[in-house]
Parts: sequence; structure tokens; C-alpha cells
Amino acid sequence: MSVLHSAPRMASNEGVVAAVTQTLGAKLLNGREEHGEIILTVARGAIGECLAALRDTHQYQQLMEIAGADYPQRAERFDVVYMLLSVTRNHRLIVKVTASESTPVPTVTHLWPNAGWLEREVFDMYGVIFEGNTDLRRILTDYGFEGHPFRKDFPLTGYVELRYSEEDQRVVYEPVKLAQDLRQFDFMSPWEGADYVLPGDENATPTTAAPTPTATPTPAQTGAGAKANAAAADTKSAGAPAVHTTAKADAAAPKKTSSRPKKGDKA
Amino acid sequence: MSFTLEQSPTTGDEVISNYTINFGPQHPAAHGVLRMVLELDGELIERVDCHVGLLHRGTEKLIEHKTYLQALPYFDRLDYCSPLAMEHSYVLAIEKLLNLEVPLRAQYLRVLFAELTRICNHMLNMGSHVMDVGAMTPNLWLFEIREDCLNFFERASGARMHSAWFRPGGVHQDVPQDLLDDIDAWLDTRLRPLFNDAMSLVVDNRIFKQRNVDIALVSKEDALAWGFSGPMIRAAGVPWDLRKSQPYDVYDRMDFEIPVGTRSDCYDRFMVRVEEVHQSARIIRQCIAEMPSGPIASDDRKVVPPKRAEMKSSMESLIHHFKLYTEGFHVPAGEVYVATESPKGEFGVYLVSDGSNKPYRCKIRPTAFSHLQAMDFMCKGHMLPDATAILGAIDVVFGECDR
Repeated sequence: MSVLHSAPRMASNEGVVAAVTQTLGAKLLNGREEHGEIILTVARGAIGECLAALRDTHQYQQLMEIAGADYPQRAERFDVVYMLLSVTRNHRLIVKVTASESTPVPTVTHLWPNAGWLEREVFDMYGVIFEGNTDLRRILTDYGFEGHPFRKDFPLTGYVELRYSEEDQRVVYEPVKLAQDLRQFDFMSPWEGADYVLPGDENATPTTAAPTPTATPTPAQTGAGAKANAAAADTKSAGAPAVHTTAKADAAAPKKTSSRPKKGDKA
Repeated sequence: MSFTLEQSPTTGDEVISNYTINFGPQHPAAHGVLRMVLELDGELIERVDCHVGLLHRGTEKLIEHKTYLQALPYFDRLDYCSPLAMEHSYVLAIEKLLNLEVPLRAQYLRVLFAELTRICNHMLNMGSHVMDVGAMTPNLWLFEIREDCLNFFERASGARMHSAWFRPGGVHQDVPQDLLDDIDAWLDTRLRPLFNDAMSLVVDNRIFKQRNVDIALVSKEDALAWGFSGPMIRAAGVPWDLRKSQPYDVYDRMDFEIPVGTRSDCYDRFMVRVEEVHQSARIIRQCIAEMPSGPIASDDRKVVPPKRAEMKSSMESLIHHFKLYTEGFHVPAGEVYVATESPKGEFGVYLVSDGSNKPYRCKIRPTAFSHLQAMDFMCKGHMLPDATAILGAIDVVFGECDR
């Protein structure tokens, strides 16, 4: 696919995955190029060695960012994503490991000192533990905050709100009270594969299995008792009323209504 | 209860034990809500512990609950001193996922206004940096330039600060030729004289130099290891500018130079910014001279809504308009990391799409995070008042740092 967008253009990705695969060997679980980005997935335990190899052998001198991401449906729900930059080769790499709440990721603070805060942020927001980070305090959330707010199961409104209390002469924390439910609009078209029941549709859905259809094999089995069956079996009946066809066989289509005046016509 | 003073083994003076002071979060030199816990040995800084996050608003989480277009104005509110530079990374990230072509005029307009934003940002930063080390007048003069810039933003987008003017696929509205002419004239009649006047008070000023030269020296190796970017890494002598090395939009057509420092101190950081203002003016002039005519947004109607006039006569436009402003557009699944050269350094957006109309994850890479983290080692051994000069030279804005 040709590149149409005007996003930053860096050095070519050609051969990068192959070269990295050769260096990292079995520690590299997956390396692919997508949307012009090289995304490497490495084994969690080996992240330190992998990044050290990328820094020292492949000249990725700078760690620009560590991002967390939460995929709750997965067994190891978190992604920890390292963005590397090479100022000499003018190239970027995305390196990923997966983790869960209970599986710590080895720290990379010994490789880049600025990993300290970046790891603290991922810990604060997602609760991923970084083994070996000596200063794994919360960083962005409030003093004494509980929970990890960027997890997908953490509500957008949070659990506590704070206000200044005149009586107590201090800031007090209270459970969140919303005057109105937080409205989440869903603009996805229902016919494009919504995986939920639209409001009102639950009535239309059969709650029990439909009864097996009882076909009527002969006209004599009316289902209305023996007397009716006997009457129905009597094929002789009063003559059917004559069919009068009053309409003409091929009636012409109705005449068009007079065409509307064109826009701009001064009638 | 009594205590005995310890005797210093060498001088015989009394030993003063280290003490800890709190700087901020409400302090004019903290450039917002930064709290620093400083451990001092007399007046020398031994250790700095920055407490950030006092302005944390959960922007990234809010973005996950908005459509791509609804999330755009959050970017203005990150670094509120350079709002359009923040939008730039975000729209480029979306365009990269969509592989969407942007018309040439829109690219020129974006570059023009990104550079105007850079001037606007540097005016605020340099003014406050100078004020932090004791001079009042330059700040007032530089604010006059900033005011002009904000007026230009207002004329282009209707808003002085939170423009929301860059859109996926182009810009929101075209600018009148008058505005381009006025900006062109402004570069000569206002920017140059005002800026040179203000700088003539500062750059050779003895007090300013005493407060900044040789303060917070950072080696090239340290600058790379600590993830420095923007003027901070250029002051360290690394000619690294994303506009040059990884050009986006029409930066590859622009002729400009990258200033670098030689000593990597606070004075170099300041002077790099001074020269960047001149280079930005050069880029603006080229943009205006070469500005092509044509559409200002992509004509891909599955992403860019039609103009209002079109809706009056075309049913299809009406449908597109309705769908794009309710459901929004869908972005193909995938993940990209797009970084641009914001006035403060590398501002990146790591955007994960699951194919729906909302970002699955939008991680914002603030410039201040890496720089502020280095406060500890930059301040070590310096005097307490140097901390404000170092902080001023970092150019930190907490809307962006805390997100």
C-alpha cells in the first residue's frame, strides 16, 4: 500500500525485523510491520536483555516512552509498550511485553534513568509491577489514591470525589454522587453487528423454544373436534360464489402527477 | 532536654544537618502546579523529589470514551501554551492509521500555524524564564508578540487558545488571504523589532548570564539517556529536530536551520529558543510565499464532513454530516506512535485502534516528563535560586506533564 499520509517520515523499515530477529533470537516472540511501525513482542523476563541489545547493538539510544494498555479479555491483560528512538539511524521501534496483575516486569531503569518515572506511571495507572524499580510510588494520582484508574474496568467517574467542607474547614472525600447517570452514547449501527440487545428487543426474543409446528395433513383434520372434522370431510358444499372480475385486465398505470416546477422557474 | 552541636571534623565549624523544604505547588516560579521537595545542605541542593500529577485530569481515559473527533479538543488543553502543536501529533496519528492524504494547502497551513504556535510558546517561556531570574520588562514586551499570535489564531479558528483547528484530513476552515498578508507583514513590522528589542535587554545582560551560564550542565550522553528532546537536547549539541530528521507535512520543503548549543547550560537552552524564533519566522515566510490554493481538507467523505453549504442541496452530504458528527469515522485496527517536534520537544501520541469509532488507547508522551525527571541530577550541587532558572529553561507546562 502506498503511503498517502503526511505523518513523520523516518528511515526505511526494510530489513529491520530480520536484523532484530537475528540478535534477539528466541527472546523475540513476534516481530511485524504494521501501518509503517515495527512492533516487536518479546518475552517478559527478557525485556531487559532485549532492550539492552537494541540499545547497544542496534543504536536505539533513547527510550522515549513506556505506555501501558489494558485488554481485560486476555489472560495476561496488560501490554507494556516501550518506544525506542535511534537518533543515529533515524528510526523508531515499538517493543511490547505482556503482563498480568501478579506477574512483575523486570525494570529497565539500569538502562535508561528516565524509565523510572515512566514505569511509575504505568504502575500507577494499570498496577503493573516493575521488579527492581526501587522507587515504585504512585506518580500522577492523588496522595492516598486507591485503585488503578486506566484499567478498563475502572469507571470513568471514579469512586470518590472531593470538596472543601465549610464545617470541617478542610477538603473531604466522599463517594461519587452523580445527579444524572453518566451518558455513554453508542453510535454504532445496530445492523453492523451490535453484540447486545437493543432496548425493547428483549420482548421480541422468544423466551422458550417455539412449539413444533402442527401441519394440517388433510382438510379433514381441522383440530376443532370430531364434529368439525366430519363436516370438513364432507367435500360437497354449497357452490362457491361466482367470481366477478370487474377490473379491466390490464389497467393503465395511474397518470403521473404534473411535474413540479424546476428550482428557479418563476411560474 | 538538651542537645549538643556536632563539631565538624575539618573546620571546627558547627555542622548543619541537611534540611528539607517544600517548593510549590503554589509558587510563581513553579510554572504551574509543581511541588518539589528539596533537600538542602545550607543553600546547596542535595536532592530534588518532584511531585507531579496535581493537574492530572485523566485525559487519556476521557479520550477512550470519545469519538476520534470529540477527543481532539482535549489536546488543546494539554500544553495550553502551544495548543496547535499538540493537535498536530494527534491528527497525524489518525491520518497514519487511515493512510489519509491531506491536500497540500492544508499541509502548508498546518506548518504555518504550528510555527506561529512555536513563536507564541517561546514568547511565554522566554518571558517567564527571564522573569524567574529577576527581569520584568522583557516579559511584558514578549507578551505583546504573544498577544498578536493569539489574535491570529482567533482570526483563523475563532478561538484564541483552544483552537481545535487541525482536523484529521486537513484543517477545519480556510483562512482569508488578508490574514496571510497580515502575518507576513507582522513578521517585519512587529515580531522583529519587538523581539530584538526584548532580547537586547537579555542576551548580553550580566545578571542574566550570571544566573544562567554554566547552570545545569548536561552532557550529550546524559541528554540521550534521560530521553531529552527539543531545545533541551539541541542545547546539548545534538542537532536533533524531528522537523528535519523525520519531516511531516511540508517541513521537507522548508529551508531552515537547527540551532544547537555548545555548553549545554541554561543559557544555551535559552539561546536555542531565541534562534528558533528567527527560524520559525523564516518558515512562516516560506509558507506564505509558497501557499498553494486548493481544498483545505481531504475530500474523503467517510472521514471529513462536508461543508455546510453542500448540505443544503445534497442529501448524501447531509447523511455524511449527520453520521460523522454522531457516530464519527471508524479507524482501521492497529497501533501507531507518531511524534512531532512541539515547541517543548518530542510530543508523541501512541494510538491504538480496535477498528471502532473510539480510540482503544491513546497514550500521550509529554515532553516535560523526561525533562522534569532530570531535575534531580541537574540541580544537584547548585544553589537553591538556580532551581528556578533550571525549571525555566526546561519549559514545563503542567497541563501537558500531568495530562
